[in-house]
Parts: sequence; structure tokens; C-alpha cells
Amino acid sequence: MSFLEMLDVLNERLILEGDDPIAFDHDCREGICGMCGMVINGVAHGEQRATTTCQLHMRHFEDNATITIEPWRAAPFPVVKDLVVDRSAFDRIIQAGGFVSVPAGSAPDAHSIPVRKEDADAAFDAATCIGCGACVAACPNGSASLFTAAKITHLSLLPQGQPERLSRAKAMVDQMDAEGFGGCTNTGECTAVCPKGIPLDTIAQMNTDYLKANAK
Amino acid sequence: MTATIERGAATAPVTSPAPVKKPTRKRPRGFLSSSNGKKVVMAVTGAVMVTFLILHMLGNLKIFISKESFNEYAHALRTLLEPLLPYRTVLTIVEVVLVASVVLHMWAAISLARRAHSARPVKYVAKKSQANGYATHIMRLGGVTILLFLIWHLLDLTFGVVNPKGFDSSPADRMIAGFDPSRWWVAIIYFAAVVMVGLHLRHGVWSAFQTLGWANRDRNKGLRLGAGLLSAVLVVGFLSPPLAIMFGVVQ
Repeated sequence: MSFLEMLDVLNERLILEGDDPIAFDHDCREGICGMCGMVINGVAHGEQRATTTCQLHMRHFEDNATITIEPWRAAPFPVVKDLVVDRSAFDRIIQAGGFVSVPAGSAPDAHSIPVRKEDADAAFDAATCIGCGACVAACPNGSASLFTAAKITHLSLLPQGQPERLSRAKAMVDQMDAEGFGGCTNTGECTAVCPKGIPLDTIAQMNTDYLKANAK
Repeated sequence: MTATIERGAATAPVTSPAPVKKPTRKRPRGFLSSSNGKKVVMAVTGAVMVTFLILHMLGNLKIFISKESFNEYAHALRTLLEPLLPYRTVLTIVEVVLVASVVLHMWAAISLARRAHSARPVKYVAKKSQANGYATHIMRLGGVTILLFLIWHLLDLTFGVVNPKGFDSSPADRMIAGFDPSRWWVAIIYFAAVVMVGLHLRHGVWSAFQTLGWANRDRNKGLRLGAGLLSAVLVVGFLSPPLAIMFGVVQ
């Protein structure tokens, strides 16, 4: 039984008892949508590393153990109900610059712009970010640096991302600040709980791009 | 399932969804008001202070050559480039840069801590660190400890206010009198502070490279090792003179 199925069972019982079910977010239940975020026994997505809540299984818990479940706690993620938080702040960070501008028209050939294998791999590592918000939840500063850095790195390593590289870094970091997220103190809590294992070097990449953008 | 469900503090208060903020592009903000900008200030001022600490440690070790050598070194700091510049010019410039670094480092730390505090107004009921929590606990606490020590240290060995030899004495005499075995509690303060500096730098030096964007996957191991080694060397270098004085090796 997965952790979310356990909550389903619990909610069925609560409904039968005439109680309110516990509200929680979920969608794909296969670890790729980033909806199911909760802090389980003090750890974002639970203690199993590189795993989303939906991929966490009850066999990892002792029988009859008391489990403490909390929502992501951060001012920019207002609680909607119970375990559901509003992560629109992430959307606004993406809207600020997490895109590449391409001329409209028919889709270009896939091999029209060559990308070095190493760059493609590193960009893909960053692109695996599902925007679940565990990094913010785990960060003692409530910083969204790992999320923002993953998005910036993903695009800044690819040729398609070069024209807007510096303006993107500036716009996204400034939006991150404007949303009220904290600053990064390089504690490494984020990467430890990240279900996709996004590395801390993405933050160094973001810092480089942001510095260059401001030096201009 | 037999467990009871507690909906205590672990359940978040029910609030209506916040009004959707328009994705407004905020006015262009200054570099120094951004969290990244503050981190850069932190890294650069930190680097200035680490450079100072290395030179300070090397100077202290002169006490092992002789008291005269140590006093000459202290005097040379004041007369550096003397025929070209007036007495104490270089030292005063260094002092101004250092004071500015301390103030800016603190400013960055305080404003980032405040930002972090307002980013998480509701604390977790249960929170387990997954990255051993080293930096989280040591940096801010360590910074405050180091500041308190710095004040004491200046009063003791620079201005001689709390030193048995007072201000009108040679630097070596002040140092040796300051760490007299009868003032063992001074040594304890000093030891605790130096170890705290070491712990602070173990994270801080690597962190500065990360902040300035010079860290990456390939360099991280070396950078972390280097930060640890530098911290260890500084701790040993700063602790050896007082230890030698306390055990009578240097008199």
C-alpha cells in the first residue's frame, strides 16, 4: 500500500464516520507530476530518499507507528486546506523567465541545433525537476533556490536558452525574492529531500548567471 | 487500522485560498536588495576576513621565534611603507577595510536571517534535518559567538583594557600576560571562539565558492576538503601560541 492509498483508506473511514476527510494533493501517483507533497515525520516526502510521497510505501513504517504529517510550511505557499498548499508562486517564477522564445511556425527538425551530449545530460538532470516544492519545505530558510536554479540551469545549458540566459536568471531570481522565499545558505537540505536528486551545482550555475546579469 | 487520528498541531489551519496575485513583473530591484546579492556581499567580505585571519595567524606564530621578533612584526605593521606613507597608514587602511567587512557581513547575515524568518512564519511540529543540519546550526550561532569574542579580543590584546599589562606594554608582553595560567578562563573563552571560527569557516569557505558560482560537481569534493583543511590549520595555528604560553614553553 502506498502512502497516498493509506490516506485514501483513512479518508474513507473518516467519511463513513461522518467526519471531514483530510485534504491532500495528488495527481499522477507515479512520481512525475509533483502534486503530492507533504512533510512526513519531519522530512519532506518522507525519509526514503529520491522518492515522492506517492511512491513511498507503508512497508517502510512500523506497525501501529504514529506518523506526523504536515503541509509544506512557507509563507509563499499558503495552506489551502489540511495538506494542500497553493504553489502558484512557482508558476510566477516560471512566468518571469522560465521559457525560451522561438519563432512560430512549423516545428524545427530535432537535429537542427546540435547539443553536446554532456550538456544535454546535465540539462536533463536539471530538467527532471517536477516543481513539487520539497526543496522549499525542507530549507531552513524557506528558500526556493533549488527549484529556480534547476529551471535556470536546464535552459542555460542548452543552445536554445542562450539568447535570454542572463535576463532569465535575473528575472527569475528577482521574482523568487518578490514572492517572499528566503535566501540560500547552502545547507544542502533541499537536494537531500529532492525526489529527483537535483544537485546543488545548479544553484552555483544560477549564482553565476545572476552575477553576470547584474555585472552587465 | 486501529490508530487514532489526531488533528492537532500537525494539521494546518484551514484558510481560504489567497487571492491570486497577478504575475506582475516587479520593478527592477537593486542587486544588494536581492538575496543573491546579499550572499555575494557575504562571500566577498568573508574572503577579506579569511585572508586577514591567515596573515594574523602567521604573525602570531612569530612568538615562537622570539618576543623581539613578535614585537618587531607588530611594529612593522605600523611602519609599513613608512618612508613613502605616514606612520600607520597601511594599518589604518587595513583596519577600515576589516571593520567595513565585519559590518557588511553582519548586515547580509541579519537581513538574510530576517528574510528566512518571514519565509516560514509557522514552524514545523516535527522537523528532521537530512543534511546533518551542520550549517543551519553553526553559522548564525557561530557568527554571534565570534562577534562577542571579537569585542573581548580587541579589549584584551589590542586596547589592553582588560589585559593585566594594560595598553602601555609591548604586544608580546600583553600576549604572554593575557594567557597566564592564572587567567585560565581567558584561555577557555579563546579556545571556544577559535574552534567556533574553524567550524564557521568549514562551511563558510566552501559556501563562498558556491555563492560566487565557482563550485561544481567536479570541484565540490576538493573545495570542501580545502575548506576543512584551511579551518583546521587556522585553529591549530591560533591555538598553539596560547597553549605554549600556558604550559610555559614561551615565557
